[in-house]
Amino acid sequence: MVNPNVQGKKYPATNPYLVGREKIREFAHAVKSTNPMNLDVFAAQAAGYNDVIAPPTFAVVIQERSLATVLADPEADIDFSRVVHGDQRFIHARPIVAGDELVSQLEVASVKSLGAHSMVTFETKIYDVDKELVCTAISTLVVRGDE
Amino acid sequence: MTHINIASLEVGQVIGTTEFLLTRDSLVRYAGASGDFNSIHYRDDVAASVGLPGVLAHGMLTMGAAVQVAVDWVGDAGRIADYQVRFTKPVVVDPVDGAVLVVTGKIGAIDEENRLVRIDLTAVFNETTVLGKAQAQVRI
Repeated sequence: MVNPNVQGKKYPATNPYLVGREKIREFAHAVKSTNPMNLDVFAAQAAGYNDVIAPPTFAVVIQERSLATVLADPEADIDFSRVVHGDQRFIHARPIVAGDELVSQLEVASVKSLGAHSMVTFETKIYDVDKELVCTAISTLVVRGDE
Repeated sequence: MTHINIASLEVGQVIGTTEFLLTRDSLVRYAGASGDFNSIHYRDDVAASVGLPGVLAHGMLTMGAAVQVAVDWVGDAGRIADYQVRFTKPVVVDPVDGAVLVVTGKIGAIDEENRLVRIDLTAVFNETTVLGKAQAQVRI
């Protein structure tokens, strides 16, 4: 069982992640995006962006870095081998653009038990270097208990 | 501005359907691009050892591909303001034939005042819906 006392716990912000143009292209190809804004600098600039923008789910790469901190936290006591992804949401204040330096800060929004299982919801805020919010990523993991 | 005239849209209208072929190659690419190297996404023996019916596509790959229907419609990936899904069924990727995911987008709600359109996405694999409550809010 996940320790219910970690509900409300805030983890330290991660080191900045520099979003590379080729990383965005690689991710875009991987999710089968053909959107020119993800791939072509000139198309993205014509639409008013400084550089290629990331697909809507790219923020998972940043969120993952914060999630790794929680999964390694003995206090939270989350057995990763029993984790199933329940649901996921991204609320974008603006798209992620190549050249962005992003930090993320995670808070354990809730811990609920569902019979032998636990459901943990994490809220990860992703900020740019100006401390402006770029994206809020909300992730619910189901941690299966003994059956 | 987009090419879409919000006043001409209707709730229930289909905005597009796309078939995505997910192969083992797709899973390896997604693992590399995302950094999710969980071996249930590329090793049959590991998938079997934890009781899975086979190697599964990353849920986040299914989520990422499905939203492309809404992105293609609006023409700009930066206009997806909010996107959520629930992972309800696994997508088993056959080593030879892969898995075909069929995604359809429909207009679920229109907010003319805030210029937001909710696209409801249905993702079907093997005649089963694999995502629940898959909704993208698109800025028009």
